[in-house]
Amino acid sequence: MDARILLDHGEGGAASARLVREVFLAHLGAPAVLEDAAVVEGGARLALTTDSFVVRPRFFPGGDVGKLAVCGTVNDLAVMGAVPRYLTCGFILEEGLPVADLERVVASMAAAAREAGVSIVAGDTKVVGHGEVDGLFVNTSGVGFVPAGRALSAGACRPGDAILVSGPVGDHGTAVMLAREGFGLETDLVSDCQPLADLAAALLAAAPGTRCMRDPTRGGLATTMLELCEASRVGMAIREPAIPVRRQVRAACDLLGLDPLFVACEGRLIAVVPPAEAGAALAALQAHPRGSGAAHIGAVGAGPARLVLETALGGRRPLVALEGAQLPRIC
Amino acid sequence: MTPDPRARAEALYARIGAALTRPTALMEVCGTHTMAIGRHGLRSRLPAGLRLISGPGCPVCVTPASDVDRAIAMAREPGVILATFGDMLRVPGGHGSLAGARAEGAAVRVVYSPMEALALARGAPGKTVVFVGIGFETTCPTIAATMVRAQREGVDNFCVLPCFKLVPPAMEALVASPVTKIDGFICPGHVSALIGIAPYEPLAARGVPCVVTGFEALDILEGIAMLVEQVSAGVARVENQYARAVPAVGNPVAMGLLHQVFAPCDAAWRGIGTLPGTGLTPRPEFASMDARTRVPVAVPPPADLPKGCACGQVMLGLLLPPECPLFGRGCTPAHPVGPCMVSSEGACAAYHKYGGA
Repeated sequence: MDARILLDHGEGGAASARLVREVFLAHLGAPAVLEDAAVVEGGARLALTTDSFVVRPRFFPGGDVGKLAVCGTVNDLAVMGAVPRYLTCGFILEEGLPVADLERVVASMAAAAREAGVSIVAGDTKVVGHGEVDGLFVNTSGVGFVPAGRALSAGACRPGDAILVSGPVGDHGTAVMLAREGFGLETDLVSDCQPLADLAAALLAAAPGTRCMRDPTRGGLATTMLELCEASRVGMAIREPAIPVRRQVRAACDLLGLDPLFVACEGRLIAVVPPAEAGAALAALQAHPRGSGAAHIGAVGAGPARLVLETALGGRRPLVALEGAQLPRIC
Repeated sequence: MTPDPRARAEALYARIGAALTRPTALMEVCGTHTMAIGRHGLRSRLPAGLRLISGPGCPVCVTPASDVDRAIAMAREPGVILATFGDMLRVPGGHGSLAGARAEGAAVRVVYSPMEALALARGAPGKTVVFVGIGFETTCPTIAATMVRAQREGVDNFCVLPCFKLVPPAMEALVASPVTKIDGFICPGHVSALIGIAPYEPLAARGVPCVVTGFEALDILEGIAMLVEQVSAGVARVENQYARAVPAVGNPVAMGLLHQVFAPCDAAWRGIGTLPGTGLTPRPEFASMDARTRVPVAVPPPADLPKGCACGQVMLGLLLPPECPLFGRGCTPAHPVGPCMVSSEGACAAYHKYGGA
């Protein structure tokens, strides 16, 4: 195999075939015949989603863009209560990309897919000129099967419901930011990037009345909860001391002027459950290795749609949507 | 041993409530205090008669539009790289922002320390690196140290655009102003760690209590309690709530470095006007590192604040940010009109971030 990606690898000829065979099929599994579309066994109700991944750096503590591309799409299916089954992947590669980098990403996708119980059944590769993309962008689309009678929705939260989170928040965003910018900080923090299908299933088995789940990716816990408030037209109150935040995340965010409640997670879910099932739901999350840090962080109240933080010192303040990205504080 | 923070906070809320005997307005001079008060939701637990007002506590916000325009003009000069703290990027001058200039191709680099700007100069010997010197007494010594180092190493393509501001003389000007009404100062802990507590004595002599206060929420509550108790007792002293970090003498080494490199001068504060003795300019031995002479540019005089912007009144403590007609409507962190909405420690940005409460 060549050492670097060339424009020829995207032209559909022998170079393309070699790339597909030696990199993608070698890791993701080869069907007997490569068809134009995968034909798969289906379910009665399907969940479909798609997501594109452009993270920089592509390798970061606790993951890489390949693992992220599988987990991100799997988790979007899982929090809808679906059983994730099939993924497709589309790559846009920059001419000159080391093939070893691509291979590392694809191997990581294969490992994450095995962990998540999904098959990557279709894919595509395009190569663009040097400087036209930043190394490697990946899109994944996913299909999951939704069991009969399951209807989770961001619009289903009711006053009195309990709000749970499956582990410490802000790990992914902080780890990636530190890997990208450095800031001269040394830390053992790793991204929380992980597939959540089995955790979500365990939660739903223990708390079948669960109203909704969400994975708080971009914008973090607070942004996701604001979306739930809007969708369900309810207020929510969360207790600062109850929200798990790792010491390293808190320290890095304090130093840089960021609010960890608005920093991305890639392996956590928020669950809103009826009060009668709160205990069972929390126990199920905590009993699972992917949810051992789960906590009961607050409750749904009546409208209007607003999110209030009860601070550690007994103060109350509204959490409001950020305008855009949080910028590190300088002075 | 320390009881739990919540219990200590409750005790301080009670102490403040018991001490407050008349309507009282306290100014937190430092943007970091403003942010901490918002973040911990402290206002929701303070008595109605106690008003916390934000002062000119963010060095980015008080940088006049003319200095922003000068930095933009320098960045557009051929052969110049302009290095700045990221906070400055989106601050509107009279004629655009550094972010806008960068999008149009001007050489603007964000750095996290002045030493990084010096490294940039070392690595680009054919260019002139201009560092935008923004800061209070906390930041100035590190910039002074960088200039001393540049001189010692003979890096002759590094210079600084001085936009420095000194805090205590500005507080004196606020108290002297006939329009302000300030019953006490929550004095900035970080600045005080450098200057010590003596510079606040003239304020106490004018009858305004001063408490040097730390940045943890419990520090701030204790500082407020100490101020309210002074106000109610009719006394005005300088007290140090933050003695664990602020020695009474400050940091003489850092201040020595600052005075070695810079001399006081008059300075324009955005929205407030020129205040005597509140700026810093390089001494003659360091004049070759003054960007104003190294990269001469002509800047048409701008309007100091955009039309309708009340940042000046906010920084004087006359208006709370939500009382500005533009707050949250025409002026948001995404589309800031005035400087206080741009900087992460600006009063308007703090109020906006923490829900306008």
